[in-house]
Amino acid sequence: MNAILIIEQALNGLQLGVMLFLMAAGLTLVFGIMNLVNLAHGSLYMVGAYLATYFAQLTGSYLLGALLGLGGTLVVGMVVELIALRTLYERDHLDQVLATFGLILFFNELVAILWGRNAIYSNLPEYLTGHVELAANLFYPLYRLLIIGIGLLVAALLWYIVTQTRIGMLVRAGASNRTMVAALGINIRLLYTLVFGLGAALAGLAGLLSGPLFAVQSGMGEQILIQVFVVIVIGGIGSVRGAFAGAVIVGMVDTLGRAFLKPTLATIISPAAADSAGPALASMLIYLLMAAVLAFRPQGLFGGRSP
Amino acid sequence: MKRGTWVVVLLLLLLAAVPPLAAIFNEPFYLDLFRRIMIFAIAAASLNLILGYGGMVSFGHAAYLGIGGYAVGILSHYGIDNGVLQWLLAIGASALVACVIGAISIRTSGIYFIMITLAFTQMLYYLGVSIEEFGGDDGMRLTMKSQFGGLLDLNNATLFYYVVLAILALVALLIHRLVHSRFGMVIRAARSNEVRTHAIGFSPYGYRLVAFVISGAICGLAGALFANQTGFLTPDFMHWTRSGEIMFMVILGGIGTTAGPVLGAAVLLLLEDRLSALTAHWQIILGPFLILVVLFARRGLAGLFLREGRDG
Repeated sequence: MNAILIIEQALNGLQLGVMLFLMAAGLTLVFGIMNLVNLAHGSLYMVGAYLATYFAQLTGSYLLGALLGLGGTLVVGMVVELIALRTLYERDHLDQVLATFGLILFFNELVAILWGRNAIYSNLPEYLTGHVELAANLFYPLYRLLIIGIGLLVAALLWYIVTQTRIGMLVRAGASNRTMVAALGINIRLLYTLVFGLGAALAGLAGLLSGPLFAVQSGMGEQILIQVFVVIVIGGIGSVRGAFAGAVIVGMVDTLGRAFLKPTLATIISPAAADSAGPALASMLIYLLMAAVLAFRPQGLFGGRSP
Repeated sequence: MKRGTWVVVLLLLLLAAVPPLAAIFNEPFYLDLFRRIMIFAIAAASLNLILGYGGMVSFGHAAYLGIGGYAVGILSHYGIDNGVLQWLLAIGASALVACVIGAISIRTSGIYFIMITLAFTQMLYYLGVSIEEFGGDDGMRLTMKSQFGGLLDLNNATLFYYVVLAILALVALLIHRLVHSRFGMVIRAARSNEVRTHAIGFSPYGYRLVAFVISGAICGLAGALFANQTGFLTPDFMHWTRSGEIMFMVILGGIGTTAGPVLGAAVLLLLEDRLSALTAHWQIILGPFLILVVLFARRGLAGLFLREGRDG
């Protein structure tokens, strides 16, 4: 293990972290404000990846594809909110879980019908494929750096919107007392649709950014969704700050665990045992972390505070 | 007898009539399908105990199905085919895991509870995927079904069917008795009002945990049966969509009723069977159907037979 490898893996962890944050921010806002558990958030991630890849192939431009994909996911998100989710805000969490589970089945099958069951691949344009020399002998893929940059930028932007603008004030007010906000003459339904659209766009952004890294396929949303749940539970539901902290922690722990747990174990126990225990333990690590956090703070690290 | 009890007895009698009918019409496939339905009915009934009566929305019940299945598979892998041992291990291991997951999850409630139970099941799923010794992602074949000496031969499809039916009947009875006991009263009281339950001198945590463990143990037994049914087990036993399916069975059939899980399992699996014969893309129909049931049929199928707020 050398320093370069560790830095490289730490950057990978940060990259996974900001990706998780893009997902978690939308999910946690939607929960904090509408009190809605949206399992179909992962479907929006998938829709973003598919639309961006599709439009990129259609137009021949990666950038244009990304923009159209982002806009498309926003529209899909708002339509889903208007048709299916709006009626669920007053229902209990059980109903919300089941109905959005139904949405997942629908979307997974829909993309399978439209684009087939096999994974499709989105190619990066020439100008994004290179490596950057961050330090002597430390080459890091430009595209992953770009993801980290975009993620941090979005985090800063969200912080600004939520804490410094009028919309953000309404969002915070809506989270603490919906009825009162409505009584003060705010169009709460419009606010809901906007917040949901924002969350959908963020999920779509995460999806289209991940397209060139992973295979774009039906069901891709659920893999990340459950990790996002872990993020939100650790960070505290409804808290954007918590989502950021949780996302970076989970991204780091997962990536570093997968990279270094096996070699570290091999120095303690026999290499053969480490070979089988390492990967198993690494894949369980974030869930164990979640259990540990809950044992001490059942409301999450930032739970019970304003978003 | 109450009307709810009649519905359950009628359902069990109908299920008992399946093997002779399948034999008359020479359709052994239905024997297989209905045995599968009953196994899922047991799983759904176990979830109903904590979800319907205890108000604990566990989105990870497939975990115990998987543990029960792997208990049978792993013992069989090492050449131990004794069914009593296998099934006892399935029940014991599921109870133990449910105890650990429950002890952490029950400290929370609402949405946290849903997410945590889901996350723990996903953890076990990845554990199953990453252990190469037991087939990893590809799963492993069961060399032979659970053996019970000369007493029972599960290779006899009809006999296996009636074994499952008997277990289903016992589980239904057990849960019914449990829910109407003093213990069940506390569970139900904590569901409807936790503060008042505290006020009259009960601490719900322990009661909930015990219910959670019993529920996990029963589902583990269903997992052992399921491994024998398929003769093959993969981490997909624990896939989160399976947890969702079991949960949907409870809601579809009627939450908090004895007949509900049986009805729900039957209708969902028969529907899946019909739809998948119709088109490979049957989930595009099932998804919206699920949404419609949630939005418009709150009390489920059992709600059609039972009066509001009675029976159970």
